[in-house]
Amino acid sequence: MFRATWKSLLARKVRLLLSGLAVVLGVMFVSGAFVLTDTLGRSFDAVFADGYSNIDVIVSAKPKVELSEAEGEQVAAPVPASVVDQVKAKVPGATDVTGLVNADGARLIGSNGKVVTSFGPPQLGENWVGENDLIQLRDGSREPRADDEIVINQALADAAKVKVGDRVGVLTLEPKKEFTIVGVFGYSGGRDSMGGVNEVVFTTPVAQRLMLGKPDTFSSVSVQAADGVSAERLRDDVSAALGAGYEVKTGEQAAADQAASLKEALSFFNKVLLGFAAVALLVGTFLILNTFSIIVAQRTRELALMRAIGASGRQIIGSVVLEAIAVGLIASVLGLAAGIGVGALLAYLFGKLAGGLSLAGLGVPPAAVIGAFGVGLVITVVAALLPALRASRIPPIAAMQDVATPDRPLTKVTVAGGIVTAIGAVLLFLGLDGHAGDNTLATILGGVLFAFIGVALLTPLISRPVVSLLGALFSWSVPGKLGRLNSGRNPRRTAITAAALMVGIALVTGVTVILDSAKGSISKLAADTIKAELVISGAQSGPRPPSFDPAVLEKAAAIPGVQLVDGEYGDMGTVNGTRTWVAASSNVAALQRIFGAKATAGDISRLGPDQMLFSSDTAKSRNVSVGSQVTVQLSRGEARTYTVSGIYESSELTNPVLLPPQAAADFAIPQPIQGFVQLAPGAKVADVQPRVETLLADSPEVSVADRDAFIKQQTSQLDTPLRMIQILLALAIVIAVLGIINTLALSVLERTRELGLLRAIGLRRAQTMRMITVEAVVISIFGALLGVAVGTGLGAAVVRALKDEGITDLILPWGQMGVFLVLAAIIGVIAAVLPAVRAARINVLGAIAHD
Amino acid sequence: MTATVGPQVQAAARANEVWKLYGSGEAQVAALRGVTAEFERGRFTAIMGPSGSGKSTLMHCLAGLDSVTRGTVSIGETTVTGLGDSGLTKLRRDKVGFIFQQFNLLPTLTAQENILLPLSIAGRKPDPAWYDTVIDTVGLRDRLKHRPAQLSGGQQQRVACARALVARPEVIFADEPTGNLDSRSGAEVLNFLRNSVREHGQTIVMVTHDPTAAAYADRVIFLADGQIVSELVEPTADTVLDTMKKLDTPAEVAR
Repeated sequence: MFRATWKSLLARKVRLLLSGLAVVLGVMFVSGAFVLTDTLGRSFDAVFADGYSNIDVIVSAKPKVELSEAEGEQVAAPVPASVVDQVKAKVPGATDVTGLVNADGARLIGSNGKVVTSFGPPQLGENWVGENDLIQLRDGSREPRADDEIVINQALADAAKVKVGDRVGVLTLEPKKEFTIVGVFGYSGGRDSMGGVNEVVFTTPVAQRLMLGKPDTFSSVSVQAADGVSAERLRDDVSAALGAGYEVKTGEQAAADQAASLKEALSFFNKVLLGFAAVALLVGTFLILNTFSIIVAQRTRELALMRAIGASGRQIIGSVVLEAIAVGLIASVLGLAAGIGVGALLAYLFGKLAGGLSLAGLGVPPAAVIGAFGVGLVITVVAALLPALRASRIPPIAAMQDVATPDRPLTKVTVAGGIVTAIGAVLLFLGLDGHAGDNTLATILGGVLFAFIGVALLTPLISRPVVSLLGALFSWSVPGKLGRLNSGRNPRRTAITAAALMVGIALVTGVTVILDSAKGSISKLAADTIKAELVISGAQSGPRPPSFDPAVLEKAAAIPGVQLVDGEYGDMGTVNGTRTWVAASSNVAALQRIFGAKATAGDISRLGPDQMLFSSDTAKSRNVSVGSQVTVQLSRGEARTYTVSGIYESSELTNPVLLPPQAAADFAIPQPIQGFVQLAPGAKVADVQPRVETLLADSPEVSVADRDAFIKQQTSQLDTPLRMIQILLALAIVIAVLGIINTLALSVLERTRELGLLRAIGLRRAQTMRMITVEAVVISIFGALLGVAVGTGLGAAVVRALKDEGITDLILPWGQMGVFLVLAAIIGVIAAVLPAVRAARINVLGAIAHD
Repeated sequence: MTATVGPQVQAAARANEVWKLYGSGEAQVAALRGVTAEFERGRFTAIMGPSGSGKSTLMHCLAGLDSVTRGTVSIGETTVTGLGDSGLTKLRRDKVGFIFQQFNLLPTLTAQENILLPLSIAGRKPDPAWYDTVIDTVGLRDRLKHRPAQLSGGQQQRVACARALVARPEVIFADEPTGNLDSRSGAEVLNFLRNSVREHGQTIVMVTHDPTAAAYADRVIFLADGQIVSELVEPTADTVLDTMKKLDTPAEVAR
C-alpha cells in the first residue's frame, strides 16, 4: 500500500510540486523571518559585546523616563563628575576611571548642506577619551584639543563626504555650531562603523555642554579592574562605594541589556513577517485543497480499484494523507532552504541600510526549522483531509463502470458558508466594537479568517450567476463560449481557485481602503482646523524627529505680515507616573487661534510657568480637573508639580497635555519640531515664505512649506507602509496565480479526450488556446471581483470602527480597484499560457483513443 | 426458474430471492427480479444475457459491490447482505477477487507489484509456493519487472488474473475479462481461468456476452429482464448461441 502510494506520488510529481510551491513560498516566509531576526540579533550582540569589550564595569544613573526601543532613544540621566573621584578614592581595585559622554542627537551637516540621516542606529555625540583596542585614529588624524575641534568615525566621514581639515556644522542640543574635523577614526578589524552608528567626538567640556546640557556631568563612568580583580568583584565594590541611585554593571551585562532591548524591536519585525507568511499559507491551503480534490477526482477509478481489491476506507485516507505528508515535507525542505536564502539576503540589505552593520555568520535557529516543518506539514495535511475523506467514499463499483459523478447540490456548502461568514461577521463586530478587551486583535483576525473561509464556501453559489455574466462578455466567439461554459462547469473548483485570489486582493483592497480613508480624514481635518498659512517641518527618517533652532520662532514673528508664530515641542515623559506624550508650545495662544481648540474648563489662552493644560480625553482618563496638582517627569531634570489651569476639547490634532514653553528645556529634544506661521489678513504667502526660508539656513533638517504641502507631506507618511503591505501581499496573489495555472493544467489533462474531439471536428490551435484563456480570465476576474467586494467590506467595517479615532470619511479607492480588475485579467492571461499551449499541442488521434 | 446445484457440492456464492430496484416512483427500474442462484465451489460459471438483462448487476450484488433491495447474498459462510463498510472491506480482502474488462492495473506499479497489491493492502505475505505456481501458470515470469504500459493487452489481463488468484479468494468475479482482447489473447486468458478451476479448485463467476467465452465455463446461466431464464451445463459455443437466440426472440416480442 505504501509502495503504491509512493509510486503514484512520483507519477504525479509535477502537479504536486506546483501545489507544493505555495507551501514552499509560505514556509520560506516563516523560516526567512526567523533566520533574519536571528542573524540580526546575533549581529547586534556582537556589536554591543565589541563596544563594551574594553570596559570592565560601567556606572550609569537610572533614566528619568524609561523607554523601549520602539518609543525612541532613551535619555540617560547624568552622572555627576564627582562619581569619578569617588570611585578612584574608595575602590582600591579600580584603575583607569573615565567619565564618558555618549548621547544620541549629534547631527553632522554634510558637504551638500544636508544633515546626514540615520534609518535607525543612533547618531552619537561623545567625548574623546583616547585611543584603545577598539577605537583607532586613521592616518593624518589627531585628537580634538580645542573647543571647536572634533573627530568623527570613518563611515560618517564617508556619508557626509568630508575629510580632515574641513569646517563642518553640527546640530546638537544647541543649534548649529561650526567645528574643524581634526581626525577620522575606525575600529579594530579595519571597520568604519559599529553597527551603522555615526559618531561625532568632541572635547569633554564641549561634549558635556552640547550633548548633556550640563557641565561636569557624564552619561556614564567606565572603570577598569586592576590585575587580579574580576569584573564582578569590581562591580560589587563600585556599587557598594556609590550606594543606591546608580546602576553598576559589568561590560558584559551592559552589552547584553542593550542588545536585548534592540532585539525586542526585532521581534516585532519578526511578527509582521510571520503575519504575511500566514496570509501566504492561507492562500496556499486553498490551492492544495483544490489540487488534491482534482487529483482524487482523476484517480477515482484507481482508488475504486484499491477498494475493490480490499483496501479499507481508512487505508485510502491514509494514502492521500501520506501523499500530503510527502508533499509537505518536500515543500518544507525547499521552503526552508529558500527561507535561509531570503533571510540572508534581507539581513544583508538591512545591514547595508543600517550603514554597514557587520553581520554575524548566518544562523538557522531551531525556530526556523521547527516552524518550517510544522507549518509546511500541518497546512498540507489539513488541506488534504477533505479530499482524502472524499476519496474514501468512492464506491468500489466505480472501478467497473463510469459512474457519472452527480452534480452534488450546493445546499450544504452554502449553509456552512453562511454560518461561517456569520461567525466571522460577529467576531469582527465584537473585535472592532471594542467588546473583546485584551483579545481585540485576535478576535479581529479570527473574524477576518472566518469571513474569508465563509465567503470561500459561499463562492460556488455566487460563481454561477457571476461567472455566466462575466462569461457573456466573451461569448461572441465559439472558443469564448466554450471557455465560458467550461469555467461554469465545476463551480466548486472554479470557486476555490477564485477564492485563493480573493484573499490576496481582499487584503490589499481592505488595507488601501483603511489607509486612504485615514489619509483623507486627516487631511480634511487638518485643512479645516489648522489656521496657519506656513508650516516649518522636516521628514523624519530615523527614530528622532527633525528639529530647528528656537531663535527662528522669534525672528519669524518679526517678519512683516506675520501675525502669530507657534513652535511645537514634544517629549515622552510621565504624568502622575504614567508615560504620556507631553507637548509644549512657544505660544499658548496658538492653541485657540491656530488649532481652533475650545476650552471645556478653565482658561486655555495663557499658561504660567507652573501651570499646564489637559485635553478633555486625557483629563477624563487621568481623573484630573482644573486646579489639580500634577507631577510631571521629563526626559531630563527633576520631577515638577504643575497646576492644571485649563482643559481643551480633544481632537485628532491636539496633544494630550500642554506644558509651558519653559519646560521644553528638559525635553529629550529641547528644540521645536514643528513651527506654524499665521499670516496677518492681506499678507501674501509668497512674500513671507522666502524670508522664513532664509531664517532656516542653519536648520537644514527642516523646511518651510505652505499648509497644503505640509498636509500632503504628513499624510504621505502613510504611503510607505501601504506600499510595503501591498508588496508583501503580492506574494499571496502570486500563489493564487499558481493556483489558477494548476487548476487549468489539471482541467486540460482531464479533458484530453474532449479537447482532442474539438480539434478533430475543426477547432484550430489558436482557438483552443483562446478557449482556455477565456476560462482563466473569467476565473481570475471573478476572484478579483470577490476580493474587491470583500476587501471593501472589511475596510469599511474597520473605518467605521475607527470613527472615534478620527477616521470619519470612508474613501474607496476606485482607481485602485479598477487596476486590480485589469490586473486580474492580465493574471488570467498569463496563468493560461502554459495550460493553453499544452491543450493546443494535444495529439488529436491520441486524445480520442485516450482512455 | 431456479438454478440448481448438486447436494454434494458446497456453494461458494449464493443469491436468494434477490431484487434490485433503481430510482423511485415512475422512474423505477427493476434490474433484478427475485433471482435465486448458487455458484458451486471449484466450478467455472458464466452469466450470460443480452445487455440490460441484469447480468452485471447480479455480479455486483454477489460481490458486495452493490447493495440489494430485497433478498440475501452470501459468499461462503458469510452473509454479504447487511454488512457494513468494514465488513465489506474484509470480505473483499479475504474472500473475493476481481478481474475487470479494462484490466485496471495501476500504471505506476510493475506487474509484480500489481499482482502483490491485494496482499500488501491486507498486510499479508504471499505464500511463496503458491505465488510461484500462479506466476508460472500465467507465464509472466520474464515480465514481472515491466510496467502495464510495456505489456500487451493479453499480458495485462493475465497480470490481472494473477492478482485475483494470488490471494486465493473464495470466488473470483470476472467482468467481461475478454471484452478488450483479440480472440487469441482472449483464448489464452480463458484457458488460464479454466485451468485454475480444474487444477487448483478455484471458483470463478464470469459475466460475458461472448458465447465462445461462455463455452469455457462448466455451466452457463442466462438472464433476461432481471430473471434467470435458462441454464446450460457443459456448454459449447453452439449450444450457448442457440440458447441466446431463443432468449432474444421472446424479448423482441415483449417489446
